[in-house]
Amino acid sequence: MLRFASPRELRDLGIVGMNERNISLIGQYNPRRLFPLVDNKLKTKLVAEEHGIPTPGLIGALETQYDLRGFSRLIGDRKGFAMKPAKGSGGKGILVVVGRKDDDFIKSSGTVIDEDAVARHASNILSGLFSLGGSPDVAVIEDLINPDPMYKDLSIEGVPDIRVIVYRGFPVMSMMRLSTRASDGKANLHQGAVGVGLGIADGRSVKAVQFNRRVREHPDSGADLRTIEIPDWPQMMALGAKCADASKLGYLGVDVVLDRERGPLLLELNARPGLAIQIANGRGLAPRIEAIDALPTSKFHKDPETRAQIAMELFANEH
Amino acid sequence: MSNDPARSRLISLTIAVGALLLIGLGTSIQRHMIYDVPWFPDSERQIWSIEARIDFVATGGPVSVTLRRPTEQRGFSILDESGASSGYGLNFIDDRNAPAAQWSVRQASGRQTLYYRADVLERGTPGNVRNIPAPPLQPAGWEEPYATAVDAVLDRAFGLSADPFTMTRQLIAQFRASDREQNEQLLLEEVGERNLPRLLADMLQSRGIAATTVYGLVLDDGRRRQRLKPLLRVWSDDRSEIFPLSIEDEESGLPLMLWQQTRGFVLEVTGGVSSDLTFSMIRADASNYTEIATNLGEANDWLGFSIHSLPIAEQTMFKTILLLPIGALVVCLLRILVGLSTSGTFMPVLIALAFIETTLSTGLIGFLLVVAVGLVIRSYLSHLHLLLVARISAVIITVITIIAFFSVFSYQVGLTEGLKITFFPLIILSWTVERMSILWEEEGWREVAVQGSGSLITAVFAYLAMTNATIQHLTFNFIGLQFVILALIILIGNYNGYRLLELRRFLAMTDKD
Repeated sequence: MLRFASPRELRDLGIVGMNERNISLIGQYNPRRLFPLVDNKLKTKLVAEEHGIPTPGLIGALETQYDLRGFSRLIGDRKGFAMKPAKGSGGKGILVVVGRKDDDFIKSSGTVIDEDAVARHASNILSGLFSLGGSPDVAVIEDLINPDPMYKDLSIEGVPDIRVIVYRGFPVMSMMRLSTRASDGKANLHQGAVGVGLGIADGRSVKAVQFNRRVREHPDSGADLRTIEIPDWPQMMALGAKCADASKLGYLGVDVVLDRERGPLLLELNARPGLAIQIANGRGLAPRIEAIDALPTSKFHKDPETRAQIAMELFANEH
Repeated sequence: MSNDPARSRLISLTIAVGALLLIGLGTSIQRHMIYDVPWFPDSERQIWSIEARIDFVATGGPVSVTLRRPTEQRGFSILDESGASSGYGLNFIDDRNAPAAQWSVRQASGRQTLYYRADVLERGTPGNVRNIPAPPLQPAGWEEPYATAVDAVLDRAFGLSADPFTMTRQLIAQFRASDREQNEQLLLEEVGERNLPRLLADMLQSRGIAATTVYGLVLDDGRRRQRLKPLLRVWSDDRSEIFPLSIEDEESGLPLMLWQQTRGFVLEVTGGVSSDLTFSMIRADASNYTEIATNLGEANDWLGFSIHSLPIAEQTMFKTILLLPIGALVVCLLRILVGLSTSGTFMPVLIALAFIETTLSTGLIGFLLVVAVGLVIRSYLSHLHLLLVARISAVIITVITIIAFFSVFSYQVGLTEGLKITFFPLIILSWTVERMSILWEEEGWREVAVQGSGSLITAVFAYLAMTNATIQHLTFNFIGLQFVILALIILIGNYNGYRLLELRRFLAMTDKD
């Protein structure tokens, strides 16, 4: 039967809807002129570096077809790398090489391709095959992420990322997205990825959902989703707060991965983060936004670490 | 989330919406009160404004153009007539049987355009109409083998009928029969299907029955560049009957007005070549008539600012243009309040416009066919790894080919409905195919189904709103209502509550677990 929640119930839960997000959050705090920074991974990376935010190591960027000739010199004898379109979206056009075999490259899927194929992929990126609107693009080549071993059973493909929503400089909500077979290896919740809500205070899982329904184990690997605890959590929160300073956006989605050696690394920023994170947490965003708005003005000028600390204390009793 | 910028935004919003509502409602009420324009359409009595446009190329010397004018007839009365043409002298000649409008000028060269306009009242009941006397017989002769064929055909029809009218019907049946006899076939091939009224008139006259071809106009709201249709008129004593031979099935339900009552030319141009006569027409409620007439004379009065002061061909265009905001309003309602997602923001409105031309069911089937086949072909194109502009161009050509194929195919199997597929906006269809295809690759078929059905639902709602007679009447007659629609859209644009579909999306969160 077609059931609907009453608007009153949702308002009591503090759930923010799309219209309110567009008008009160994005419309009010994210001026359009700041969007190009977050829509281009290379620019994001450079600004992040200025603000001391760690990102996966940049090997180089290929900007013109001429640059492709210098590709093998750029890679040197590195075993693996990831090649991405700077303006790509939804993980399109990302080539992950995990090893070398003589002159050939081994992709993350295990397929072996030769150097020509890699160059062709780079050429496709440059001509805008994967970028929004087909505009010419830049191929960004990064070091591979060395994922923390705890992630092993959590995701069927790639490294799960952690999304932090940062409102006016304060982290307010967080979740981890795990790809599944149902989601075809993609990390989008509406396609069947699992969303694990993480407590802002401690980085422990509070709830996990797939297709809007609560799950307790990873549907493919059976890994327990109730006992997840993210290490280096305060560092993670501080990184989110720093990103707000770097991007100047008031409603920001920060996507982070945990590297075994380097800790939390910024993957990308999002100026229009979605609302499914509320379902993964079983909590609405509105009360947290109100709590931040109620803070005295002086707190908004504190440094990122302090702001992260304030948020962690503020939301300590939320779960 | 309330602070000073929010409050100042609210104030300016209130002012803007208030001003728009005031202007919009104010001018509409003023129009209703002063010009007596009714709020609702009156479907009983319709006024047709018909504009005849004469184009020709003048050869440099004196020019004289005579156009036959319509007269009072069964079901129609002429309310007002006027002509427009710069530099020409214009006379209305009120000959009882052949009234005409005559333009003349001493010297003209190059392309010339003359307009004649008539406002005609369409009455549900046939009025008292005087009889048109039969024209004198003008028997034609035929050469062999046609003379024998004509005789044979006439003999057969004569034997199977009782009077001139039944004989005419019998003749038509003989020519229309799918397995027509050799003689009928021979004559039809000689004169051509289009000239059948002329042939029948000649044949009837050779047996002493008064008959002639006359020209009539099929009235269809909003049509432009229409042409007169040849009709057969047959007399028996002082009664006469019209046989609309050349009217196609789809036009048979529409009102037919005689432009000419009896034998004679419709248009005569001396001093010019390549003349052409086309018609535009638009329908209005009879109750608006006084208002239209008032405005005709005072186009400069800004309070009377009205679409009605434009030429009819432009009025028919505006009739559609003024409906677009209604479509936009429907899109706003369904996207912001309901939360439907559509492929391309206003694509559904353009699809709805195409539906107006094709009718809903034909349009829906045609749209689904084109997009489905387009998606299949586009999936092949994606293997070629083309750049965006080249890919879109390839998709456009694909869509054109699909449309051409469906048109020809449906025509071949006898479905003339299929020809209407050409009313679809090609570029919009191509972008729809392109976007759907990308969506399929990136998000899977489920999202394609969601956005595809969202677009179609929106298009159907927009179609229903835009074809509603009351809405059409209001948007066309009260331009001020455009401001009201704008105010509504601004208000909807500020709605920050939940969308209807979000009440379902977040339903799981209300469960206690």
